[in-house]
Amino acid sequence: MAFDEAKKDFNLIGTRPARPDGIDKVTGRAQFGADKAAPGQLHAAILRSPHAHARIKSIDTSAAEKAKGVKGIVTRADFATGLKGEMWNKLENVMAGEKALYDGHAIAAVAATSALAAKDALKLIKVDFEVLDHVTNVDESMKDGAPVIREGAAGPSTPEGMHPNVVGFYSSGHGDVDAGFADADLVIEDTFTTEATHQGYIEPHACLAQMGKDGKGEVWCCTQGHFNVAKVCGHLLGTEASQIRVTASEIGGGFGGKTEVFIEPVALALAKKTNRPVKLVMSRSEVFRASGPTASASMDIKIGMKKDGTMTAGRGVFRLQGGAFPGAPGTFTAMCAFAPYALENVSQEAYDVMTNRPKQAAYRAPGSPMAAFAVESVVDELCNQLGLDPIEVRLKNASREGSKASFGINWPRIGLVECLEAAKAHPHYSTAIPENGGRGVSCGFWFNHGGETAVSLALAEDGTVSLSVGTPDIGGSRASMCMMAAEELGIKYDDIRTTIADTATLGYNEISHGSRVTYASGLATIEAARDTIKKLCKRAAAKWGIDEDAVYWEDGFAKPSGPNAGEFEPMSLAKIASKMGATGGPIVGHYEATPEGAGVSFAVHIVDAEVDKETGSTSVGRYTVIQDAGKAIHPSYVEGQFQGGAAQGIGWALNEEYIYGEDGRLQNAGFLDYRIPVASDLPMIDTVIVEVPNPGHPYGVRGVGETSICPPLAAIANAVSNAAGVRMKSLPMSPPRILKALDEA
Amino acid sequence: MIHVTTTINGDETEFVCDPRETLLDVLRDRLSLTGAKEGCGTGDCGACSVTVDGTVVCSCLVLGAEAEGKEIGTVEGIATGEDLHPIQQKFLDHAALQCGICTPGILVATKALLEKHPDPTETQVRYWLAGNLCRCTGYDKIIRAVMDAAKDMRSAA
Repeated sequence: MAFDEAKKDFNLIGTRPARPDGIDKVTGRAQFGADKAAPGQLHAAILRSPHAHARIKSIDTSAAEKAKGVKGIVTRADFATGLKGEMWNKLENVMAGEKALYDGHAIAAVAATSALAAKDALKLIKVDFEVLDHVTNVDESMKDGAPVIREGAAGPSTPEGMHPNVVGFYSSGHGDVDAGFADADLVIEDTFTTEATHQGYIEPHACLAQMGKDGKGEVWCCTQGHFNVAKVCGHLLGTEASQIRVTASEIGGGFGGKTEVFIEPVALALAKKTNRPVKLVMSRSEVFRASGPTASASMDIKIGMKKDGTMTAGRGVFRLQGGAFPGAPGTFTAMCAFAPYALENVSQEAYDVMTNRPKQAAYRAPGSPMAAFAVESVVDELCNQLGLDPIEVRLKNASREGSKASFGINWPRIGLVECLEAAKAHPHYSTAIPENGGRGVSCGFWFNHGGETAVSLALAEDGTVSLSVGTPDIGGSRASMCMMAAEELGIKYDDIRTTIADTATLGYNEISHGSRVTYASGLATIEAARDTIKKLCKRAAAKWGIDEDAVYWEDGFAKPSGPNAGEFEPMSLAKIASKMGATGGPIVGHYEATPEGAGVSFAVHIVDAEVDKETGSTSVGRYTVIQDAGKAIHPSYVEGQFQGGAAQGIGWALNEEYIYGEDGRLQNAGFLDYRIPVASDLPMIDTVIVEVPNPGHPYGVRGVGETSICPPLAAIANAVSNAAGVRMKSLPMSPPRILKALDEA
Repeated sequence: MIHVTTTINGDETEFVCDPRETLLDVLRDRLSLTGAKEGCGTGDCGACSVTVDGTVVCSCLVLGAEAEGKEIGTVEGIATGEDLHPIQQKFLDHAALQCGICTPGILVATKALLEKHPDPTETQVRYWLAGNLCRCTGYDKIIRAVMDAAKDMRSAA
């Protein structure tokens, strides 16, 4: 749907009220996944494979069953059979079948009267493994002779004759890239790699589940998508989604990692078996070993440029490792790679490759950051060698409304040029680059998403409003929903309470992913408020004895629409609500849709970094994020998304990586060895909110949560490369890698 | 099982626990004080920060039994009745939290910082809070909230 003109004159939108869940969160009252308890609950623990790849010959639980406090044990035999396709994949990941496919793969689970008793019992379970050869590297996994993770996993897109570990393929492009390269004054071709990283949410996965013999269940859990949890649990337990009521707890970070389902079906199976509530909480090392880190990537990029900065052609080949299941985001990587540039000649292809690692999950704009790293590094090198300004070159080649995107569409209204202009004008860009330092610039792109959405808005007799949405609040979205509803209804922000409704209370809502919440739940909230307003006007019209079309809504009042409608005292929302029982019953507005007008978002990041050539360590000096938000509903939370994505990108660029040993085991499954940025590592992160309205939202909103992690890998790599005087082609740029690159230069 | 008598947020409290249980386990599972969070269980993330006799510690690294005779302070004890402590209010004013899971630990650490150093530099704040991981905010708004709270508390003192 297109909204002809975005609303512009706002009372509340663009202000910064305190979030409605704020007091709960600063006083310790807010209840997260692990904070709920049920009378008589058991505690569960999961036995996990110590091998990267092994056949499970037998599991003997007899000794564990007799242990003190143990009430029940489940293995794969306790889950549904006959599943196909993606649901089979999900079950196989939740609980191993014939083979353990990665270090950390779940083998069995115990429920006992205490967490200590459950953990003690795990040691008594005897598993007879036949250890198999394994592979954890993407390029190795594609080679002849690499261990086969699973025959027959390849999708229909996979070219013939490839290793069975290659399970997906994507290609697109237009023009004649070879002719484009021939036309260039300079062509640079290189290979880049990134390692797998983890979202690093501070709250481990946690749930509390109950289930009876009748297949009716209740789940409390931290998830980005509780409706999806109900659906997946229904399949994996052999019951129906509507029989499992899922309530989303407060969520302690997700960033894509809590879009997947890992432990809830296990807790339900144990609850069913023991007829007791079961609490299951992952340890931090389980989160690293057995949730969903990102894909890692190996990428070949070739770009041609003329002396004046015109890009003549671009070609990219992307190989993404996604763990022991299909689903690495190669398609997104390829589509995002050249998205910022209006290229006449472009071609991109991507391979989805399985390895003996945990199944990758989304991490803010899945697939895009690595693509930007590879492409924007080559663009930077071309600028350096041709003596061109990196922002001018990007402006010269920038995608804009009407230009053809690298992946085929014609761009609608987009804000890349506005972001680049704002970057050029920002004081950061005109300050001198620090001595011994380097400056890096990068663009980034993400699609954003709409998705199935349902919202309900109920009036109370005192004129206040209860707004129910189905998208877990992962970054302050309840504040934005209250603001949009209040803006439409013309009442106070504090008179609205937004609740994340459980799966039995509201229609199906897709996961909080794809930067969709403020866009899609926001759109639905506005439409539900407008539906409510129609109903309010109807009540006023009935009271006044005039046609309902002769009543309009303004600033919280129903008013007659002109002298012809008659002279009546405007009626407030509170007044109409106070009489609603007698005038037709409760007033509830609602909206259900799958909005498809999510506006894409572009960003430009500028960063200054210094490299200590003796130790190889990097310090980030100044950082500026410029991003198109379409319309910022609550600017503080938009800035927060910009800053958070930048900080995660800094970690990905400089420190973070999954390190697997020769034995295929993860060697750094903890925050000490997998080091995410701490407060003393980072500078203040300056932000500029660009607002180029999205025609697909009534206020012009574009999702902002994901694009912020697209540019930083490249921007920092460019800054570090310029500071070190050597092109860094592998992430993370940890001190040993920088010293090696300096050595080899 | 061990019997322990301690003081939590000013209230005398008794509990029994397994010798292997941490102070964090006791607070959360035996006393229903779930404000302190377990982010790692290995002392790396600071989400379980509490004070023991005024010193900030990771409660996942302290045994429940060690609370005997000590004064424990948790996030639940920072506000006075319904009045928020200035640092709590500043966290709201500056939108210094997104998901809020690290917030209890950061507030406990911040309160201890400002009691000891009422006029900290930005660098001091960053190093004091280096043991409290936040994955959402990039720390920018947290640092601003702490500096602003310090300023207000100095002028009120």
